[in-house]
Amino acid sequence: MSHDIAINGDNAVALAWKQIDPDVCAAYPITPQTIIVEKFAEYVANGEVTTEFVCVESEHSALTLCTSSCSAGARTFTATASQGLAYMWEMLPITAAMRTPLIMAVANRAVSGPININNDHGDAMSGRDTGWLQLFSENVQEAYDNSIIAPRIAEHHDVQLPCMVNLDGFILTHAIERMTMVDTNDVKAFVGEYKPLYPLLDTKHPVSHGNMDGPDFYYPHKVQSVIAMEKALEVAEEVFAEFAKLTGREYHLVDQYRCEDADYVAVILGSSYGTMKETVDQLRDEGIKVGCCMPHVYRPWPEEALAKILAGKKAVAVFDKHLSIGAYGPMFPEVVTAATINGDMPKMYNVIYGLGGADATVAGFKKMMEAVASGDAKRITYLGVKI
Amino acid sequence: MAMANIKDLVVGGRIIKPGSSENFATGDWRSYVPVVDQDKCIDCYTCWIYCPDNSIVFRDDKMSGIKMSHCKGCGICARVCPKGAITMKEE
Repeated sequence: MSHDIAINGDNAVALAWKQIDPDVCAAYPITPQTIIVEKFAEYVANGEVTTEFVCVESEHSALTLCTSSCSAGARTFTATASQGLAYMWEMLPITAAMRTPLIMAVANRAVSGPININNDHGDAMSGRDTGWLQLFSENVQEAYDNSIIAPRIAEHHDVQLPCMVNLDGFILTHAIERMTMVDTNDVKAFVGEYKPLYPLLDTKHPVSHGNMDGPDFYYPHKVQSVIAMEKALEVAEEVFAEFAKLTGREYHLVDQYRCEDADYVAVILGSSYGTMKETVDQLRDEGIKVGCCMPHVYRPWPEEALAKILAGKKAVAVFDKHLSIGAYGPMFPEVVTAATINGDMPKMYNVIYGLGGADATVAGFKKMMEAVASGDAKRITYLGVKI
Repeated sequence: MAMANIKDLVVGGRIIKPGSSENFATGDWRSYVPVVDQDKCIDCYTCWIYCPDNSIVFRDDKMSGIKMSHCKGCGICARVCPKGAITMKEE
């Protein structure tokens, strides 16, 4: 049985993990992720979970400990944001290369400087090349659902990769929304038992993790991770289908809204996908055929699914909540590359928006998509900034 | 250097057969080689204890030589030998 509750995104993630009851959690508080770990620590203190909770002195230690405990064979989770993720960065590619499928919630927040604590995707994007799976959430419900879905993809024996569950800082982490809970027994049955591959604590079969590689092994091991990422696309689709059967909530590699007959498509990540859906509805009322889509799975990059959606469109606007200074938003070149699969290219536009918590409004999106439809948009727009 | 075949690799570079470091000959990039003067050696095991690569061979409590497959020529044995029985020679 499931029922509706009012809850913010951080508590929703903590709730999902309470229902999963992992073996180990080590984390260090940082706004806007703090509530996740505080709430989870409360569950531990109250004996509502059996998790070993380790207080560490930094994020670097948190991820090091989590990677080790996952290597040992424990289902492990952690959470961070912004500077915390930056401090973990040294460990990110190591966790991925060691193929330890731990789960990390990232309460997306701008990376300093200038010093800023508000939402954008600068933190997650700085980790996108490190070999982690990355899921994005549109709302509190998705942050909760992704937390339940993530271990199934990450721990799959053909995948074995760590996974970041991204939820927009404050917009989702601190805002209370209505959400449908999954029954705890159903969560436990869905997630199942963690069956680690070659765990360190299997003392009957001694094994060594995190070994040094010469070039003859380093490079092939990287390609081995690429194969695991490709497999993760298939696994994700299977897990999404199973989750839909359990809850009725459907997710795809790329979630889409009114794209089928659209001439113009906006590609966007996270909570702004909801804002863009409202924008699409308003523009449709004006007779402009707009649709929007969100790569629910950002890593692995769902190139083919996205290309299918963009086929035959007149123009595509890629909305990035991060900026590679001196180039483009991080998602723009990836969407352009995906679109080349189709041969005929739509006009491609990049829209940088919402950096450091700058407003992402229907009015702003609407004006932008009107300019995209009329062909008046610049190749790169810094939405809302007076230049 | 032969590029490893992905099909032969254990996930995440895990080593699932213990003791495999014996197969990795670390002695192939040595520039100095330890030479033992058996007349000076008192079989005290000091070099055996200090050698980071388990290259000192003892048989029946007698120092019987150095296994060159793993000796990197670091010279620790020569430095710690209380009798000066080991000297490093350019190879």
